[in-house]
Amino acid sequence: MVKTLLKSVRQYKKPSLVTPVFMAIEAFCECLIPFFMAKMISEQVLSESGAMTHILTYGGILLLLAAFSITSGVLAGRFAATASCGFAANLRHDLFYKVQKFSFSNVDKFSTSSLVTRLTTDVTNVQNSYQMCLRIAIRVPLQFIFAIIMSFTINPSLAWIFVVIIPILVFFLLSIMRYVMPFFRRIFKKYDALNNSVQENVGGIRVVKSFVREDYETEKFDKAATEVKNDFTRAEKILALNNPIMTLFINFAAVFIAYLGAKQIVKSGTLGGDFTPTELSALITYGVQILSCCMMFSMVFVMITMSLESGRRISEVLEQESDLVSPENGVKEVKDGSVRFENVNFKYSAKANKYALSDIDLDIKSGETVGILGGTGSSKTTLVQMIPRLYDATDGEVYVGGVNVKDYDLETLRKEVAVVLQKNVLFSGTIKENLRWGDETASDEELERVCKLAQADEFIRSFPDGYDTYIEQGGTNVSGGQKQRLCIARALLRKPKVLILDDSTSAVDTKTDALIRKAFAEEIPDTTKIIIAQRVASVENADKIVVLDCGKIVEAGTHAELLKKGGIYREIYEAQTKGKNEEKGGND
Amino acid sequence: MAEARRKPIPPMRGRGMPVPKGAIKKGTLPRLLKTVFKYYKWQLLIVLVCIVVNSFGSLVSSLFIQSIIDDVITPGVTVGYGAVSAKLLGVVITMAGIYLVVVVAGFFWHRIMATITQGMLYHLRTDMFAKMQTLPIKYFDTHAHGEIMSTYTNDTDATRQLIGQSLPTLLSSSITLIVSIGFMIWNSLWLFAVVLVCTVAMGLVVKIIGGNSAKYMVAQQHSLAAEEGFVEEMMKGQKVVKVFTHEERAKEDFDKLNQKLYNDSRRAHVFGNILGPILGNIGNFTYVLLAIVGGLLYTFEATNVGIGSIFFGAKTLSIGTIVAFLGMSRNFTQIVNQMSQQISMIAMGLAGASRVFTLMDEAPEQDEGYVTLVNAKKDENGNITETPEHTGLWAWKHYHKADGTTTYTELKGELVMDMVDFSYVPEKQVLSDVSLYAKPGQQIAFVGATGAGKTTVTNLINRFYDIEDGKIRYDGININKIKKSDLRRSLGIVLQDTNLFTGTVMENIRYGRLEATDEECIEAAKLANAHDFITRLPEGYDTMLQNNGANLSQGQRQLLSIARAAVADAPAMILDEATSSIDTRTEALVQDGMDKLMQGRTVFVIAHRLSTVRNSDAIMVLDHGKIIERGTHEQLIEKKGTYYQLYTGAFELE
Repeated sequence: MVKTLLKSVRQYKKPSLVTPVFMAIEAFCECLIPFFMAKMISEQVLSESGAMTHILTYGGILLLLAAFSITSGVLAGRFAATASCGFAANLRHDLFYKVQKFSFSNVDKFSTSSLVTRLTTDVTNVQNSYQMCLRIAIRVPLQFIFAIIMSFTINPSLAWIFVVIIPILVFFLLSIMRYVMPFFRRIFKKYDALNNSVQENVGGIRVVKSFVREDYETEKFDKAATEVKNDFTRAEKILALNNPIMTLFINFAAVFIAYLGAKQIVKSGTLGGDFTPTELSALITYGVQILSCCMMFSMVFVMITMSLESGRRISEVLEQESDLVSPENGVKEVKDGSVRFENVNFKYSAKANKYALSDIDLDIKSGETVGILGGTGSSKTTLVQMIPRLYDATDGEVYVGGVNVKDYDLETLRKEVAVVLQKNVLFSGTIKENLRWGDETASDEELERVCKLAQADEFIRSFPDGYDTYIEQGGTNVSGGQKQRLCIARALLRKPKVLILDDSTSAVDTKTDALIRKAFAEEIPDTTKIIIAQRVASVENADKIVVLDCGKIVEAGTHAELLKKGGIYREIYEAQTKGKNEEKGGND
Repeated sequence: MAEARRKPIPPMRGRGMPVPKGAIKKGTLPRLLKTVFKYYKWQLLIVLVCIVVNSFGSLVSSLFIQSIIDDVITPGVTVGYGAVSAKLLGVVITMAGIYLVVVVAGFFWHRIMATITQGMLYHLRTDMFAKMQTLPIKYFDTHAHGEIMSTYTNDTDATRQLIGQSLPTLLSSSITLIVSIGFMIWNSLWLFAVVLVCTVAMGLVVKIIGGNSAKYMVAQQHSLAAEEGFVEEMMKGQKVVKVFTHEERAKEDFDKLNQKLYNDSRRAHVFGNILGPILGNIGNFTYVLLAIVGGLLYTFEATNVGIGSIFFGAKTLSIGTIVAFLGMSRNFTQIVNQMSQQISMIAMGLAGASRVFTLMDEAPEQDEGYVTLVNAKKDENGNITETPEHTGLWAWKHYHKADGTTTYTELKGELVMDMVDFSYVPEKQVLSDVSLYAKPGQQIAFVGATGAGKTTVTNLINRFYDIEDGKIRYDGININKIKKSDLRRSLGIVLQDTNLFTGTVMENIRYGRLEATDEECIEAAKLANAHDFITRLPEGYDTMLQNNGANLSQGQRQLLSIARAAVADAPAMILDEATSSIDTRTEALVQDGMDKLMQGRTVFVIAHRLSTVRNSDAIMVLDHGKIIERGTHEQLIEKKGTYYQLYTGAFELE
C-alpha cells in the first residue's frame, strides 16, 4: 500500500529528500547551541583573563549556529511544504485520472461520495502525515541521538540514567497507545453512526415531523451521543496519563541528575573541573529534550497509524485495475450500424449467483429501429450497455458492424455507438457547452440542427439567453422533459452509427415523443436506433420489438405479431391503452 | 469559441470543510464559558486550580537548578561536601515534592478535562439536536443540508479543540508568561530589556508570516471547495463522461483546479512551516544575546537593577541568576511561540462555537394549538367520551376557554380550505384564493405542472408552513387551534423522496407506529406489496438498511414508505408522488393495496401519472397557484380543458 502511494511522489522526490537533510542540519544546530552556551558561560566566568575573547568567540559561533538553524529551518519548511503539497496534488491527479480510466463496473464499486472523500479528506490526511514524516519523523530521532551523544560527552557517568529510563518511558507510552487505539477505532465507527443519524434527520425531517417522531429521534440521538461520550471520555482519560507520566519521568530524571551532579562537582572541590555547574544545567536540558523526543515519537506513531486507514482507501482506488481496456491497434472504423448478440450471458460480479442476462441472441440490421420493453429489473439497460462496451459480456460475444466489440479501439466504438443514459446528467455550464460534449468542434448551425431533431430548439429559444443559458449543476433549472431532449441532442451531435435511447423520453409528452421519433425516421434513416421505453406508443412502430423478462428475451417481433401472440406485450399494451378506451365509453 | 467552452468553476457546495465565514458572534466566549460552568461547576474549579498549581510548580522547579548552583555547589566546593550534603538533600527532596504535586495536578487536570470536554461536546450535540427537532420545516428548506451537517462535525470539533486544548493551554501559558516576566523584572531590568526587544521582533514576525499563512489558508479552503465541487459533479456524471469519451477534457479541467489548489496550499504550508523555526531562532538569538550581555555585566561587575534591588539593594549579577534567567528566557520565547500557534485554533474554535450558538438561537416552530387528539368511544346514546385504550375511534378534545367546558368532536377527516393564500417568499405568491372541500372518506387529487403548488397545498394541511390568508378547517376546527403534533398524527404521509432510517426493515416500517407488533408490520408490508421483495432480502425483515436504503431500488423504497404509512393507520392520508418510481406493472399490483389503504379515509393524492388519480372523487388542476379546473375524471374529460390535454399527452408534466 505504502509503495502504491509513494509512486505518486514523482517530481517531488527532490524536495522530499532535501527536507530531512535540512531538518537534520537544523536539529544539529539546535543541539549544539545549548552545548556552546554552556561552554561559553563556564569558560568566560571561570577564566579571569581574556573573558571578552571567549564571549566574542562563543557568541560568534552561537550566532552563526542560530543563523544556520534559521536558514535550514526555513528551507526545510519550504521544501516540506512543496513536497507534501506536491505529493497530495499528484495523489489527487492520479486518483482522478484512474477514475477516468475506470470501466462502468469499476465505477459501480465506489459511490460518488466515497470517491469525493477519497480525493479530498483522505488525501489531506495522507498529506499531513507525509509532511510529518519528512519533518518530525527524521528530526526527532536525530535530536534524540544528538542529545544522547551530547549527554555522554558532557558526563558519561550521569548520562546512563537516560539509558535506564528511556525504555521504561517508551514502554509506558506505547502501552497507553496500544490500549487506546482499539477504543479510537471503535469510537470512529460510532461517531460515523452519530453523524449519519444527524444526516438522516436533516434529510428526512418531513418524515420525522409528519410522524411526530421528534422526541423519539432526540432520544435515539441522545443514546448514540452518550455512547460516543462515554467511550471517548474513557479513551481520553487513559490518554490523559501521557502528560503526567512524561512530566514524572522528566522531572525525576532532572532531580536525580541534579543531585548526583551537584554531589560530583562539590566532591571535586572546584567549579572549573571536568564537570561544571553550567554543564550540569545543559545536561538537564538535554534530558528534557531526550524525553520529549520519546513523547513526540509516540504521537507521530499514533497519527501515522490513523492516517493508514486513509492511505488504504486511496490505494484501493489506485490499485483498482480497469477490467475493460482498449486493445492495442484496435479497429478504428465502424463499418455500419448492425448489431449482433451471440449467446450472451452476463452477471455484474463474478460472485453473483444470478445472471442479469442469459442466452441473448439478437440480430439488428443497420438502420433498423428496435424497441425494447420489460418491467423494472428485467435488464433492459444492461443489454444495451454491452453494445458500446460499457460492460463486457461474461460469456458470448457482441458484434457491431460485423466486428467483435472487444476488437475496436474503445474511443472509436463509443463515438459510433451513442447512448443516452437513463440516469442522464447535464453539467454546470451553458447549453452550448453541454451540447458540445457530443462534438467539440461543432458549429452553431450544427447545434441548432440537432436540437431541432430532438425537438429542443424551440424551448431553448424561449429562454432569455437562448443557447447561452447557464445550466446549474445537475441540470436543476430545466424540466425533466427538457433535460431529456438536451441529452438526446447531445448524443445526436456525435453522428453515431448506432443510437441508443435508454428510457430517454419518459418525461417528454407523447406528442413531442412522436415528433422526435418521426424526425429520427426521416432525418437519420441510416442510423440504427435502439429504444428502451415504458410506453408502448414509443416503440409500436419499430421494425422489431424485443420484450425482456428476468434477463431473458421472451418475445420478439413486430407490434402486430406480438399483439397476436398475446403474451406480456399484449398485457402491457392493454394496461396502457385502457384509459384511452375508457374515455370513449368506459369498461371499468 | 475556446472562451465559450471554458468550464466555469462550480459554486461551492455544502460538503467538506466550511470556508471560515469570519464573523464571530459577540459574546461567544463568555457564553461558552458560562455553558461549561453551568454543567461542570466543580470540575471546572478543580481544573483551574490544577492548571494554576501545575504552571506555578513547573516555574518554581525551573528555579531549583539556580538554587543548587548558588546555595550548594558554589559554597560546597570551598567548604566540602560534608557541610552541604544535608542542604543538597533538602533542596532535592523539596523539589521532588513540588514535582510530585505538579504531576498530580497535571494528572487531574487532563483527566477531568477529558470529562469536561467530552461532556460539553455531548451537551452541545444533544442540545443542538433537540433544538433542531423543534425548528420549522422552513429552516431545513432554506439552509444547505451540508451546512447544517458541518455544524455537527467541523464546528463542534473546533469547539472541542477550543475547550479542551486552546483555552487551558492559553491559561497555563499566560500564567507562565506573567510569572516569568515578573521573575525577569525582579532580577534584572537590563536583561529583561533584551528579552523585550526580541519579543517585539517575534510579534512582528507573527503578524507578517502568520497573517500570510492565514490568508493562504483561506485561499486553500476556497480552492479545495472548488475542486471538491468539480470532482463531485464529474464523479456523479462519470458514466456520461465515459459514454462521450470526454475523459481527456475532464482531466484537463481537473488539472487546472488541482494546480491552483497546489499553489495555494503550498503557500499556506510554507508560511505555516517557517513560523516555528523563525520564532524559535529569535529565541536562540535572545538566548545568545542575553548570555553576552549577562556575561559582560558579570565580567565588569556592573550594578544590576531589578525590582528586587529596591528591597534588597543593588548587587552584581550571580552566575546562578544568569543561568536561571537564560532558562526563563527560553521558557518565555517557547511560550510566545506556542501561543502564536494557538491563535488560529482559537479563532477557528470561536467561529465554530459561534455557529453552534446560532443554530441554538434559531426560533422554534410556533404552536399555540390546544385542541388535542384522544382515543374515544361512543356510548349507547352516541355521545363521545375519552378513553385511554386504542379503540380505532378518535376525537378532538376541545377546551373552550370562554365557558370552561370541554367538547369532543369525532375525527372524520373532513377538510375545508377557504380562500387560502400562501407564499414562501414575500414577492412570489405560490397559492392564491385556493378553496376546496373534502368530505370524509373522499379521495382528492392534485394535478399540475412542477411549481403549480401541489405539494404546497399538502404542506399547509399538516402545517409545515402556515397560511397567510384564508382558513383551513379540519372537522370544523380551525387547524391553527389544533396542536401540531396531534394534527400530524392524524395524517399519514408518503412522500416522493423516501427517507428511510438506519435500522432493520422491520424498524423502518414500525416507524409509523412505534407500538405496532411484528404481525401488524408484516400485514402492512403485504398491503403495500412490499412483503414479496422483503422476504427475498438476505435477512428478510431483519435486513439492515443503511444510507437511506441504498441497497434497495427507488421503487422498493417507495413500497416501504407506503407500508410505513399503512402501519400508522391515520384517519387521513397525503400521498405525494407515492408511486412515481414504481413501474406501471408493479403499480397495478400496489394499486390494490393502496385502494384498501385508502378505503374510508380522506386522501390527498399528488401524482404525475394520471392513471393513478383517475379514480379520485375530485381532481383539482392547479396552475400557477390557482385551481383552474375541478371535477371527477369523467367531468374533466368532458370539459376538454387543461386536464383533457394533460391526459391525452398534449402537455408535458413534471
